[in-house]
Amino acid sequence: MKITFTINRKPQTVNIEDENTPLLWVLRDILDLKATKFGCGKGACGACTVKVEDDAIRSCSYAVKFAKGKSITTLEGLGTAEKPHPVQQAWIEEIVPQCGYCQPGFMMATAVLLDKNTNPTDEDLDKNISNVCRCGTYYRMRKAIHRAAEIKRAETLNTEDNV
Amino acid sequence: MSKTKQGTSRRQFLVKSGLGTIGVLAVGTYLFRNPIRRTIAEKLDSGESFYMGDTSSPIIWFEITTNNNIILHSPKVEMGQGTFTGLAQLAADELEVSMEQMKVVHASSISGNMDSFATGGSTSISSLWIPLRELAATMREMILNEAALKMGFSTSDLHVKDGVVSVAGNKMTYAQAAENVTEWKIPDTPILKNVKDFRYIGKPVARVDLKDKVYGAPIFGMDAQLPNMAYGAVVRSSTIGSKYIDADISKAENMPGVIKIVKEHDFVGVVAKSLIEAENAKNAIQVQWSKERNWQTADIEEMIVVGKGEPFVIQKEGDAEDILEDEKDVIISQYKSPIGAHAQLEPNGALAFVETNNATIIMSTQVVKLSRDEIAKRLDLDEDKVNIVPTFLGGGFGRRLHTPNAIQAAVMSKAVGRPVKCFFTRKEEFQNDTFRPPTHHVLKAKLSEEGMIEALEHNVSSGDVAFGSPMVPSIAAPILGADLGAWRGGMIQYRGIPNYRTVSWRVTLPFATSWWRSLGLLANTFAIESFMDELAVRLKKNPVEFRLAHIQDDTKGFRLKEVIKAVVKKSGYKDEVNNGRAMGFAASTDANTPCAQVVEVSIEDKKIKVHKVTCAMDPGISVNPDQVRAQCEGAIIMGMSAAMFEKMEVENGALTPIIYGPYQMALMKNAPKEIEVVLLQNDDKPGAVGEPPLGPIGAAIANAVFRLTGQRLRNMPLQLNNHF
Repeated sequence: MKITFTINRKPQTVNIEDENTPLLWVLRDILDLKATKFGCGKGACGACTVKVEDDAIRSCSYAVKFAKGKSITTLEGLGTAEKPHPVQQAWIEEIVPQCGYCQPGFMMATAVLLDKNTNPTDEDLDKNISNVCRCGTYYRMRKAIHRAAEIKRAETLNTEDNV
Repeated sequence: MSKTKQGTSRRQFLVKSGLGTIGVLAVGTYLFRNPIRRTIAEKLDSGESFYMGDTSSPIIWFEITTNNNIILHSPKVEMGQGTFTGLAQLAADELEVSMEQMKVVHASSISGNMDSFATGGSTSISSLWIPLRELAATMREMILNEAALKMGFSTSDLHVKDGVVSVAGNKMTYAQAAENVTEWKIPDTPILKNVKDFRYIGKPVARVDLKDKVYGAPIFGMDAQLPNMAYGAVVRSSTIGSKYIDADISKAENMPGVIKIVKEHDFVGVVAKSLIEAENAKNAIQVQWSKERNWQTADIEEMIVVGKGEPFVIQKEGDAEDILEDEKDVIISQYKSPIGAHAQLEPNGALAFVETNNATIIMSTQVVKLSRDEIAKRLDLDEDKVNIVPTFLGGGFGRRLHTPNAIQAAVMSKAVGRPVKCFFTRKEEFQNDTFRPPTHHVLKAKLSEEGMIEALEHNVSSGDVAFGSPMVPSIAAPILGADLGAWRGGMIQYRGIPNYRTVSWRVTLPFATSWWRSLGLLANTFAIESFMDELAVRLKKNPVEFRLAHIQDDTKGFRLKEVIKAVVKKSGYKDEVNNGRAMGFAASTDANTPCAQVVEVSIEDKKIKVHKVTCAMDPGISVNPDQVRAQCEGAIIMGMSAAMFEKMEVENGALTPIIYGPYQMALMKNAPKEIEVVLLQNDDKPGAVGEPPLGPIGAAIANAVFRLTGQRLRNMPLQLNNHF
């Protein structure tokens, strides 16, 4: 069965036998996009978080058939070393990662949060960022999320100035 | 200098085989005498660490690339603790190259640069502090000698900066100097740099793996991939003690995508074209397991009781036993900690490719040598034919100090003649973990008329930590008696007390318990430091001053007092309730690194809320102060998570829960919004960092909660009584 969607701004068709295969494994094993991680397979830890349309979804528990026709962004599509996304820029400034395994999921969840809320409060973070980090990088992540929001707001202002 | 180096190496060798050597030397009438055990225990508690790999030649450590970068092949694995960055700093300073030129990769087991021990015990930086700098300095001299030959000057005429040699207006890069050199001459080890000349050591440089981790590079074991790779899945028992007997594979054999069902004497697994197909077929296999007792949490709790099992005195000063024998006027409190899971995010697994005469295993492991040796044995290959290629670890925490799962991947790869990648599911991870053992502590004290502690005793009952681990020779248990992991942090650090004693009670549980970051430190410190607080409260004394009054006047005591004073100053610690918030204090010494913490808590929605943690630690030289801070922050949150939320239960023979969420852990909403770290340096070398800051946090929270609520919480995870 063929399923077509947009991945990191490019159209993509995958040929898959079982349409209920979780999106996570399509990303990792078929499309070789390894930034999205397996943590639990039950949507409980958030390591597999990606952006589908405007929402953060946990791709280990999201059948690929639901992605049909939709736009998906993974960490690979968020930014590059040359042009980092504000979240990545902030993560670098605050030196957030330790082992790093859960970080892509956190960064994707943060990117989606900032799309919807340009100036989140600590309470917004507490409510919306529910991923698991075993190294305990939450303290730096909180600082990085506020910093990312700041970078993003500044970028938006600049863009508006240029218009 | 080379003499010094050899001296160091010789000493390393003797101590590296420490447990085994003791086994040989100590056999005799002295074997079971407690003073010897205590001496060994004190030695192990001293925090001295030794590197256990080959430091004879820089050639196996460094590679010079044509674009003049240096690749350090690290025998220590990077699991988040920042070791790659710290080691790069040590090397860059002596090599005279910039950090931008330093690249770090994992050394594979056939590279010759293998650590015979492990990455663990907070020893990576401290054990390589001298050897790696000596290797880097030697490498620098080797390059300079070659450059001198090529440039027609003597080595002493050369200047060097950022990997470029210059003399009389001519320049030559290290890469150019190294070009076409077929035989390197290893000179005497040069004199190492003075502290004041360090360019990178002691500076908060950014992690060398930062960009890979922020842009999602495929660096973890689970990201590994080889051409023609198949997926493996092994059926694992979900109940305690049950062993594989046989399996009915008739249904699974014909399922879609299945390449082969691999039946061995000790396990059955599937190899399939995709992971989903492998998992589906695995679930269709009917396994016959040996039946064990139907274990319940209550059974385990009944085993972990001070007074049951085997007692071993690991610390003794004065006559605490006699003084505390008559329980009149003796203060007694009991504390407990539950079974803890590692819950690292990347499950255990391996990608194995076994060919006729060799095997390649790409995997997250903390024990490259042990992983290699076990696979070689099972496949009947020479050890040098098995190449372990370590990857970045998606969390270690001690979970990867034994990797029997890699054997299964290798066996399945051999069976199908192609690469096989096989990982645990999350349920399997939770049920087959090597858990932090549950503990029970009895603390006893007698106070003098002057309001000082006359005698103090700590009895701890714990499941095994080190014993039973394949890293520890089986001879160690009868010699040492007390499990060296279980009592970590269990000794009394207030050596101004005239009479004190620590007794470790060993209990072997029916499921695997082993290394969990900081080992016994978290639970032992929780018990001892809660009790110290109880004594201070009883005497109406300031808990900080009460502790300071019981610390001895020696180097160790001085360093402990300094971190206590520093944390009090930074946090503005006060023994009072203010605006619905209270502070709690605790301190510990682990592997010779003292650490003191103050937490600030309130009660929100009838639950404990930690707002702020202040931490003062003295690890000696902080090679990278930013990453030492990161380790403190992470350890505080991990320790908080374990102290406040985490608990495994045993239900009808199975360990549960089997998923995040039900296995409650600290999340963003629980993490303190403020963490302040003060780093002291009252030692002239780097000491342990990754584990010591896990010590005080549990007791500090419990002590704060007592001030706020009057409730003395003596069991982890800390939960307020309902009627509050």
